[in-house]
Amino acid sequence: MAIHKGRGFASINYPIGMNLGGDPSQALVHSNPDGKFMVALSSIDLGQGMKSVTRQIAAETLGVPVEDVYVDTADSDTGPHCMGSFASRGTHRVGNAVIQAAREARAVMMEAAAEELEVNAADLVTDGKGNIHVAGAPSRSITTAEASAAAQFKHGKTVSGRGIFLIPLSEVSAETGEMTPVSCFAHAAVILDIEVCDETGDVRVIEVNSSYELGRALNPKLVEQQLIGGAWMGLSHALWETTEPRYPERDHLPTDFNHYLMPGPGDIAPHNVAVLERPAPDGPFGGKGPGEMCANPLLPAAANAVFDAVGVRVTDLPITPEKILRGLRENGGARPRGRGAALAGGRSGAERRGVLV
Amino acid sequence: MPIEFRKEYFADERDDNLNEIGKPTQRQDMLGHVTGRSPFYDDHLFDGLCHIRCVRSPHHHARVRRIDVSEAERVPGVRRVILARDVPHNLNTLLSLMDFGLDDEPMLTPEGAEVRYRGEPVAAIVADTERIAREAVAKVRVDYEVLPHVLDVEEAVKPGAVAVNPAYPANKFVYHGKYDHQKLRYGDVEAGFRQADRVIEGRYQMSPIEQAPIETCGAIAAPETNDRYVCYTSTQALFFSLGTAAKLLDISSARLHLIGGTVGGGFGGKVDSIHEPLAILGTVLTGRPCKAMFDREEEMQVGAPRGAERWYITDGVMNDGTLVARKFVGYFDAGAYTRLSSYAIIKGVGHLPGPYTIPNVYADVYCVFTNRTPATAMRGFGVTGVDFAIESHMDVVADELGLDPIEMRIKNAYRDGDMKAHRRLAKNTALVECCQVAAEKAGWPLSAEARAASSLTGGGGARGEMPAFTALDEHGRVSGYESGSYAQGDRPRGEAAGSGAQGRSGSGTPSGQPSPRPRAEPPRAPQPTRVEPTRAEPARAEPQWSDPYAGRPSAPAGTAPASPRPERSPAPDAGPDGTAPRRGPRFASISGLRRR
Repeated sequence: MAIHKGRGFASINYPIGMNLGGDPSQALVHSNPDGKFMVALSSIDLGQGMKSVTRQIAAETLGVPVEDVYVDTADSDTGPHCMGSFASRGTHRVGNAVIQAAREARAVMMEAAAEELEVNAADLVTDGKGNIHVAGAPSRSITTAEASAAAQFKHGKTVSGRGIFLIPLSEVSAETGEMTPVSCFAHAAVILDIEVCDETGDVRVIEVNSSYELGRALNPKLVEQQLIGGAWMGLSHALWETTEPRYPERDHLPTDFNHYLMPGPGDIAPHNVAVLERPAPDGPFGGKGPGEMCANPLLPAAANAVFDAVGVRVTDLPITPEKILRGLRENGGARPRGRGAALAGGRSGAERRGVLV
Repeated sequence: MPIEFRKEYFADERDDNLNEIGKPTQRQDMLGHVTGRSPFYDDHLFDGLCHIRCVRSPHHHARVRRIDVSEAERVPGVRRVILARDVPHNLNTLLSLMDFGLDDEPMLTPEGAEVRYRGEPVAAIVADTERIAREAVAKVRVDYEVLPHVLDVEEAVKPGAVAVNPAYPANKFVYHGKYDHQKLRYGDVEAGFRQADRVIEGRYQMSPIEQAPIETCGAIAAPETNDRYVCYTSTQALFFSLGTAAKLLDISSARLHLIGGTVGGGFGGKVDSIHEPLAILGTVLTGRPCKAMFDREEEMQVGAPRGAERWYITDGVMNDGTLVARKFVGYFDAGAYTRLSSYAIIKGVGHLPGPYTIPNVYADVYCVFTNRTPATAMRGFGVTGVDFAIESHMDVVADELGLDPIEMRIKNAYRDGDMKAHRRLAKNTALVECCQVAAEKAGWPLSAEARAASSLTGGGGARGEMPAFTALDEHGRVSGYESGSYAQGDRPRGEAAGSGAQGRSGSGTPSGQPSPRPRAEPPRAPQPTRVEPTRAEPARAEPQWSDPYAGRPSAPAGTAPASPRPERSPAPDAGPDGTAPRRGPRFASISGLRRR
């Protein structure tokens, strides 16, 4: 019986938004008389931070503090149409719609400010703290609240805007598959270190090192939440989960969390993430969408790490101890490839466990 | 350090001086979430709330001979038993909202029709408490004629296999009205294999996976003022659910008010819009607030999982690791109904051959129907499974050739200006940098050449040109489908669409089998390849719910519905067999989508 170290690599790219376009989302933005803005959406916050990222996008575009913006979603009576929160489309599609709506609302606010200050609107800038002032002359200023109030009570204007983002639907060739699948891609590469026990077939995750490129990170904390959680979902797919353990036979079906296996707190290992930000030309402030793709490279990385550790190539997910043991029996024992053993030795166990996620 | 932002990469492509973007602002809804005060759909517990539970098939495939609800109806506290005849438009496919594919799935299976997966609902109980609803479910007696089933994708596509889904009798979704799979053809893979030093094959199987949200799927509906219905929902796609409910219930979307937006985890499993129509229908029929919600067992085995996928990959590679040809054959296991699997394949094909520049690429990808729980979206939809296959296979190839697996990726990585297999130029790429940074973080040594590589250089030129020659073929051609009016209810004509039709069990019985439907609109261009419908079925005059595709209660022989229907806009002109024409065209034409 022996524990074998293994190290596996995988790299991927991932399309952002519904394939082929044709998936519009809309946003409505308006201000109350105090210059506080409401963003109305029908998009869904699944816990990923939809409300928060669109709030930041609206605040940035309007030129007001984020505290002055609130996002309301999703009510079919008040929120304009959105295809939904799936396909990593929320940040990219809804974010662009919010920018368009916020720009229109901002233009009304700036016109009102210009009239009050008796200057040209093109000469005005926002400081992001609630003030509008003449570029280069901060003393000639008016607050966004005063400008909004003036627009509504003196000029008879709604400080509001409408936004929609649509990539037109692309045809697909029946003969060649030619298509315009998406407008931008996120990227990732991971290196996974594991240990495999050749007596029990158990896999223990030791450490994950990854690099994710996801356009501009609009909120680094939300990005971190997505990447760490999503990567563990990927590892869970690789090593634990399935609704049909004997697929394609439909038996031994799990019906609760006692039998549907997922990693628990004791299975979690450090994950060291590097985020690269290559802005998407058509993304909101260059953002892409880290939601889905962060899980994907972990599945093959786990299979590759198990192969490196014991020489067993598991091609049917999940990689269960049973499949590893059957592979070991077929091979006549473990045949370590040596990458994990050679490369993973450099770092002490304390260093590895020093950073908890 | 758990997370670092490597701002030095692509710095000249960004302006980092922004006020709010890039800040670690706390979530707007954090306080409500961590204090347990954020309202989720299941917090809207109206006075007098009724609970809906479904009677579900215990069989993979069976004909429903008879549903006896008399005992269930007598259970005190049962308000209503909902059957197929109570569903105004009992046939849908989720992507009909995008005009993609044929309506193929009933909300409840009628007597005389078939259940096609274990767990398919045949009736729903509305009761004062969940416990009473469960008791009544146990008292519904359903007489099933068990039929042969098929569970394996490659068994299902063999000639003579049990036919699962009558809309697609060969058990394969039809793309563009033309082929039983989606093709990708770029260059000539066979020539590439001949040129290669090595040809290496692999087979990979992605498993079905549960989205496993903490909050199970569901909806709560209630009567609202002014003859409207409000519905609190866990949906991931508010207007998908709105449109699906309006269609199935044949009710104007103006009378529906859906509220959601705060959801306890989705991961793709809350797009299918199963509960909203059911909860609203319960409210329409009883006048009471109604809740429909999966319990955990249903969430795991009836709620649609990530579909299984089987991939065969063949790589032609030079000894230095340069990939010259890559061929895929893929089978997506859709389960019994289409849901979103047909679209997942389009997305998957657009993703091939992965983030690498390969001059010859080929794929045949099949959306296959089997007698299992329908599959749907999940994180990485259409891509996760094939990424597992591609990246496992990259490792196999590197190992066979004795190459460093990261260096082999960098060598083949797509770069700005490269032509991709779907015939668009790559831009904004960053795979090379991700490989380099991950290697650096983990202390994986790379050669100077690999470290010097960049997504910004080395692409384009000859790599940006289309292949001089692409090998095309017509295998997998089907006839009888017309892409032009695809989603309007045209069905395969005669036997032309697939040999699987002959293998359908019990094909002599009309009940529950689809019939060719006449088009609800004038034919377009002449279709020389189309054979006339055989219309071999016996008379369909049984005064019962014999055909789930009839769509509305008045269909079979014009019998009156046995129960009041909730709402009916003026009935559109019915087709000769009583079928309703589909409402409104949606939008354009891809892979079976129809142009306006």
